[in-house]
Amino acid sequence: MDLRFGDSKPTDEERAAVDALLGPPESSWEGADRTDADLRWARGGREARGRRDLLLPGLHAVNDRVGWISEGALDYLCRRLTVPPSEAYGVATFYAMFSVRPRPATVLHVCTDLACAAAGAGALCAGIASRLGTTPGTDGTGGISGVSVERSPCLGLCERAPAALAIRAGDPVRTAVSAPATVESAVLAATAPDAAPDEPPAVMAVPQAGDPTLTLLRRIGVADPESLDDYRAHGGYTALRRAFALGPAGVIREVTDSGLVGRGGAAFPTGRKWQATASQPDRPHHLVCNADESEPGTFKDRVIMEGDPYALVEAMTIAAYATGAHKGYLYLRGEYPQALHRMRYAIDRARARGLLGDDILGQGFAFDIEIRRGAGAYICGEETALFSSIEGYRGEPRSKPPFPVEKGLFGKPTVENNVETLVNVLPVLTMGAPAYAAIGTERSTGPKLFCVSGSVGRPGVYEVPFGATLGELLELADVRDGLRAVLLGGAAGGFVRADELGIPLTFEGTRQAGTTLGSGVVMAFDDTVPLPRLLLRIAQFFRDESCGQCVPCRVGTVRQEEALTRIVERTGAGAAGDIALLREVGSAMRDASICGLGQTAWNAVESAIDRLGAYE
Amino acid sequence: MTVTPLGIPRRLLEFTLDGEPVRAPEGATILDACRAAGKDVPTLCEGDTLTPKNACRVCVVEVEGARTLVPACSRKAEPGMEVRTGTERARHARKVVLELLASSVDLSTTPRAAEWIKEYEAKPDRFGPDAARVDEEPRVDNDLYVRDYGKCILCYKCVDACGDQWQNSFAISVAGRGFDARIAVEHDGPLTESACVYCGNCVEVCPTGALSFKSEFDMRAAGTWNESAQTRTTTVCAYCGVGCNLTLHVQDNEIVKVSSPHDNPVTHGNLCIKGRFGYQHVQNRD
Repeated sequence: MDLRFGDSKPTDEERAAVDALLGPPESSWEGADRTDADLRWARGGREARGRRDLLLPGLHAVNDRVGWISEGALDYLCRRLTVPPSEAYGVATFYAMFSVRPRPATVLHVCTDLACAAAGAGALCAGIASRLGTTPGTDGTGGISGVSVERSPCLGLCERAPAALAIRAGDPVRTAVSAPATVESAVLAATAPDAAPDEPPAVMAVPQAGDPTLTLLRRIGVADPESLDDYRAHGGYTALRRAFALGPAGVIREVTDSGLVGRGGAAFPTGRKWQATASQPDRPHHLVCNADESEPGTFKDRVIMEGDPYALVEAMTIAAYATGAHKGYLYLRGEYPQALHRMRYAIDRARARGLLGDDILGQGFAFDIEIRRGAGAYICGEETALFSSIEGYRGEPRSKPPFPVEKGLFGKPTVENNVETLVNVLPVLTMGAPAYAAIGTERSTGPKLFCVSGSVGRPGVYEVPFGATLGELLELADVRDGLRAVLLGGAAGGFVRADELGIPLTFEGTRQAGTTLGSGVVMAFDDTVPLPRLLLRIAQFFRDESCGQCVPCRVGTVRQEEALTRIVERTGAGAAGDIALLREVGSAMRDASICGLGQTAWNAVESAIDRLGAYE
Repeated sequence: MTVTPLGIPRRLLEFTLDGEPVRAPEGATILDACRAAGKDVPTLCEGDTLTPKNACRVCVVEVEGARTLVPACSRKAEPGMEVRTGTERARHARKVVLELLASSVDLSTTPRAAEWIKEYEAKPDRFGPDAARVDEEPRVDNDLYVRDYGKCILCYKCVDACGDQWQNSFAISVAGRGFDARIAVEHDGPLTESACVYCGNCVEVCPTGALSFKSEFDMRAAGTWNESAQTRTTTVCAYCGVGCNLTLHVQDNEIVKVSSPHDNPVTHGNLCIKGRFGYQHVQNRD
């Protein structure tokens, strides 16, 4: 490949950041100074291009060190990886956490999404802006304070709304979370991230912590999340031993018999997915854990990773063993610094103790996990977009078929599961498929995590068996008076009325009620929240997060937002014309979009119109 | 003697298209079968020399058992499939896609767009006068071709032609996200500071006229562009020994544009800078 690289040079700092990730360049072909030897032979070709997947980590390295990605830095990274600069520019401009324009080293992401908006994010933003002398989203200079304030989609901290995340570039990069945020605490996090108080432990997000009947959450708040010994003392690694005793086919049989289905929202039978991957003759097989939890209102995966990280390591090892994969990628949301820290530490500890590596538990099975950080793109939670993102391309979904089990990551058979799905494999193996299948209902088996937030007294992650009703769950969370509506499944889900609390929380039960369980979001809204504003925020979310690949979603989400803006203060006949327009655009988005983002972008709005009578 | 490659014989598979049994060779798309059966399905991002990105979604059809509509240009025909091309659902999706496109970009130079808008009774004006548009000034930064992104529907064809599907120059990519996504060279600079080799193969595949010869752009601006007064002559490029076919578009005894036959087995419609843009010496009258 004869690539043309520009003349702009990286600064010493940018070069150091890239070299820290990739090692020093070996020849002038990779960006080192030219020597006589370089003139005699050319390096490049397939081998050099084979490192394309390091593009996203490389962009992170520069952005973490400097705060933005300059032309010189991008060109140097391209030279190092033999990536065309135009493509790298396309990738860098795809992610919300990167900037290709100069900006201050500190960026304060203030969540303005559903739960935070209901908890006063608007006033928080205004207060922060006046204190820091910047207007969120408009001022790239950071004003007098040297902080750039950006309005952010859901940060996954809904149980502590409103939330803000400060990221200060440097070596190392510093982060601070302020939640529940006040103007004071958010400004402190942004101006002095090192002095900001530590994040509360994950157990604070689990109101049921310590309850002996818990299955998935039983170790959170009980076992030290940093300690591998503590994990083992609380039943850790018994499931992996059982897996080795059963053999790969036996594990798949157990998982299939347990009735476990994917918890990311699509509810696909996990056993069938594993079987389909395991039986592919093409090698190697890959395992991907989707921890790009970005659905507004969802934070269960974060709580698991922060509170019980070794469980995910063990579960990924079992999944890899069953499906014949030797490499696992944990694609972790870029906005989760604490989860990243915990998972990194857990993986290192497990590796040091021989629980990851060439010979796990002396069974001759080789497996290791690599963490890849997302960089602010909801679409990358879509399974094929996630592959594109890991591979170093724009996080655009691919059309299916071919399905990931056949051609997934790097074009190879890939099993991709959500964090919650994977940790469910542990009880499947320790208690056995029949006992697991006895939990819940006949068609939705096992325990389920729900992210309850909004107008409740005790927000957090709740574990209940499938089949509990919405009302029972809300009672657990101490729902406040004046409940008007509940959003199930996040922005891609749907609203139900306050008189529909009898809906059983199962896949079939919600489907029967004409709504969805989605990723397990249960967000309660009381009558003080103006519904049209909420719908407008959802529409803005989809417009911002559309990847832009297909027309129905790229333009449809814009037209949806425009129509909802027009009718935000209108009702009845005044809104009827735009509602009809919304229905037409919505049905085309649902029918003709490439992926689930566009297909579900109208769901919540439609349910609010039809079930709640939002504009009547 | 021209040898026409026949390839490996392909099995025929049977499926149902609008209630009629049809046979298509294995590997053929639903669109191939529709065209073989004489059905006119609109397409924009599909092109005869490229693998479509199926991004425009104007070719969607209904397949029995599928939850959503499927793009005819990319979905392979499968035995026993039941495909319906003209259902209410498919026609509605096409209509809305045309409305979304026509309300956001300038389709005035997109062949057949006006015809389809009429056929599907699309009303792009219904989104109101304030509907967001891709308002971009034409980028005239070189003497050979112009990029007018106000007409771009993001079909990805130019990116694919510049990239691994033909030219391997990788001068352009999609940058940005969502409605703000645009085709751009690195750092969104001018073409002259990019990896562009001016082969014009992106211009050849552009379905909307967003990419056009500078000569065509200038003549359109001056109001002198008149396709009905143009002749097209296919000849052989005289620059080197490869022998690529050129089609010279001539108006008023001047070459105004050069294309290349897509069915040419060697070039598939692709040329280099010399064949595409190096025609001035032919009409140098001094």
